[in-house]
Amino acid sequence: MDKILEIDNLVTAYQGKEGFVHAVDGVSFDLNRGETVCIVGESGSGKSVTSMSIMRLVEFENGTIKEGTIKFNGEDLAQKSNEEMRKIRGSKISMIFQEPLTALNPVFTIGKQITEAILFHHKVGKKEAYRRAEELVRMVGISDPQARLKQYPHELSGGMRQRVMIAIALASEPELLIADEPTTALDVTIEAQILELLRSLRRDRNMSIMLITHDIGVAAEMADRIIIMYAGKIMEISKTQDLFDQPLHPYSKGLLDSVPRMDGQRGVPLNSIKGSIPRLNEVPKGCRFSPRCPYATEKCHAEMPPLEARGDRQVACWHVDRLLQDESLKNEIKGGGMDESGVKELSY
Amino acid sequence: MNQELKNSPTEQSEPLLKIENLKKYFPIKGGGYFKGNKKVVKAVDGVSFEIYRGETLGLVGESGCGKSTLGRNILRLQEPTEGRVFFKENDILAYRSHEMRKLRRQMQIIYQDPFSSLNPRFTVGEIIGEMFDIHGVAKGAEKEKKVKEMIELVGLDPSRYHSYPHEFSGGQRQRVGIARALALNPEFVVADEPVSALDVSVQSQVINLLMKLKEELGLTMLFIAHGLNVVRHISDRVGVMYLGRIVELSETDNIFDYPAHPYTAALLSTVPEADPRLKKERIVLKGEVPSPANSQAAAISEPDVL
Repeated sequence: MDKILEIDNLVTAYQGKEGFVHAVDGVSFDLNRGETVCIVGESGSGKSVTSMSIMRLVEFENGTIKEGTIKFNGEDLAQKSNEEMRKIRGSKISMIFQEPLTALNPVFTIGKQITEAILFHHKVGKKEAYRRAEELVRMVGISDPQARLKQYPHELSGGMRQRVMIAIALASEPELLIADEPTTALDVTIEAQILELLRSLRRDRNMSIMLITHDIGVAAEMADRIIIMYAGKIMEISKTQDLFDQPLHPYSKGLLDSVPRMDGQRGVPLNSIKGSIPRLNEVPKGCRFSPRCPYATEKCHAEMPPLEARGDRQVACWHVDRLLQDESLKNEIKGGGMDESGVKELSY
Repeated sequence: MNQELKNSPTEQSEPLLKIENLKKYFPIKGGGYFKGNKKVVKAVDGVSFEIYRGETLGLVGESGCGKSTLGRNILRLQEPTEGRVFFKENDILAYRSHEMRKLRRQMQIIYQDPFSSLNPRFTVGEIIGEMFDIHGVAKGAEKEKKVKEMIELVGLDPSRYHSYPHEFSGGQRQRVGIARALALNPEFVVADEPVSALDVSVQSQVINLLMKLKEELGLTMLFIAHGLNVVRHISDRVGVMYLGRIVELSETDNIFDYPAHPYTAALLSTVPEADPRLKKERIVLKGEVPSPANSQAAAISEPDVL
C-alpha cells in the first residue's frame, strides 16, 4: 500500500531538572494513505509527543528529536529546517487539538481566522478566500455560515469551535490530519457529531487521519489500526478488530478489560491493572510495563522486548505465547463463547 | 414486560433522602443597572426523587445539565432556591448552621479533581485528621490510629501518613479524597465525577474500591458522572438529567435496555463502545444543549431532540 508516513526509531527527549527524559523512546510505525490510525495511551504514554514530533512542534516546548526519521511522502521531516517545516505544517499536514477555545484567537472573528489560513496557503484574493471559508464552514456542518463567520470564538459552543478548528485545518486540503484528543473536552452527544464529521472527511477526501486518544471506545469506532503506547514505547500494533478479538500484549488486554462494557455484567469488580503509570524520569529498566504486569518474569525486568511482527500485527512482549495459552484455556472452559468482561479470573 | 422488577431497592428499603421540587437559580450578572436583575439561569429546575438506603443512584447528563449543582444543593454546600430535602424524614433545609454541621458527619462528598481538592500544604494525615478535629471525634494518638485505619481501608500504605498530596499519583490522591469523605463513617456520600480525571487503567481500581466500600460500610451513594459505562456498572438506579430536570429515572437495566425518553435513547446511542463489533445505529443529536439561561428553549420536545 501507499505509505504516507513512515516513522523509524523516533526518540524525543525533554530537558528536565535531572537531565533528559525520553518521552518517546524508539517508536516506529507507518501510516497508509487514506487510513485512520489511532494511537491509544494513558497520560505519559508519549502519544501526544509523537504527534508533536511529527509536526516538529516539540522544539517550541524544550523538546528535541534525538534520533530517528519521520518520513512524510518519502521526505524526512526530522531533517527539515524551520522554514521548510512551516510550509508543511498546516498545509500538507494539519493538526487539531483538544481544547478548541485556547486554540482560537479570541479577538478575531471566525471568518477572519479561516480566511487567514486560506490566504496563507493559496494564492487567492480576499473575496475568493471568504467564499471558500463559507464553503469549509458549511462542509464541517455549521449552519448559516454567513452569520457564523462574523462571530467571535466566545460566541460559539465547544462543539462549534472544534468544527471551526477542523475547518481551519482543512483550509489547505491536507493529506494528513493529526487529531490530538479532539473530542475529550466535549460532551458525548457532541463527540458523536465530531467523530461522524471526521469519518465523512476521510470517506470523501481519502485523507489519512492519525487520531490520538485515551478512549478505547473512540479508537474502536474510528480506527483501521490501533497503536497501543505505554511510557514512551509502542506495546502493540494491530488491526482494530484483531485487537478487540484478542489483544496480544498484557497491557492492551488490561486496558481493554478495565473499561466497563455496556453489555458486561454490572456490579462485579472490574479487572484493573495494579499500580500506576511510571513517571518519565523513573521508568523501570527492562519492559516498561513489567512492574504492573501479571506475566512479568525476571527477563522482563531486565530487558525491554523489541516490537516484533506476529503475522500482520506487531507486539513487544516476551510472553505473548503464555498470554494466548491462558486465553485459549479460558475460552475452552467457557465453551469458546463470547467472554464477558468482569468474569475473567485473571487477576491484574 | 420489565415492569415487575425483582430485587428493586425500592421494595427493599425506605428512602434515606427525599428531594422535593428542588430548584437552584443563579442570577445572571449584567442587565440594567437600576432596574435590578430578574434574569436567572435555572441550573436545577424542579427536581424530585428519592434515594433509598443502601442504593447507588447514578446521575448522568451532559455538562451544564445541573447534575453537579444538584449534588451540592442536596448537601447544602450551596443553598437551594426552592424546594425541600429530607434526610431521614427531617427537612434539612430548615436546619441552622450548627445543626447542619452535625449532620455533615453523615453526608459527605467526593470530588472530581484529586489534584485541586486536597490542600497541598497538608500531609495526608492532616487532611484526613482534619475531619476528626472539626467534628471533635478524636484527638492525639487515637486520631492518628483512626486516620491510619482510613488510609489502609482505601488501599494505601499507612506509612504514607506524613506524605504530601504531590507525592501521590492521581489514583492515590483520589483514594485520599475517598478516605477523607468516609472518615466519619457517613451514611450518605455524593461522588461527583470521582473517576473522570483518572487514567483508564486507574479508573477501574477506584471504581472497584468504591463498590467494595459501599458494600462493607453500607453506604448510600449519589454517583454523578458523564461516563455512561461507569454509571451503568456501579448504579442500582439511574437518573438522566437534561437542562436542570430529570427526564428519566429508573432501574439501571431499564434505562439502558429500554430507554423511555428520547433524550436517554440519544445519549445512550452516542457512547463509543469499546468493541468494534458492537457498533450500533447512532442517534446523532442535531445542535447543542441549549443554555439553561434561555429557558424557553429548555423544554425538550421530541421532534426537537431527534
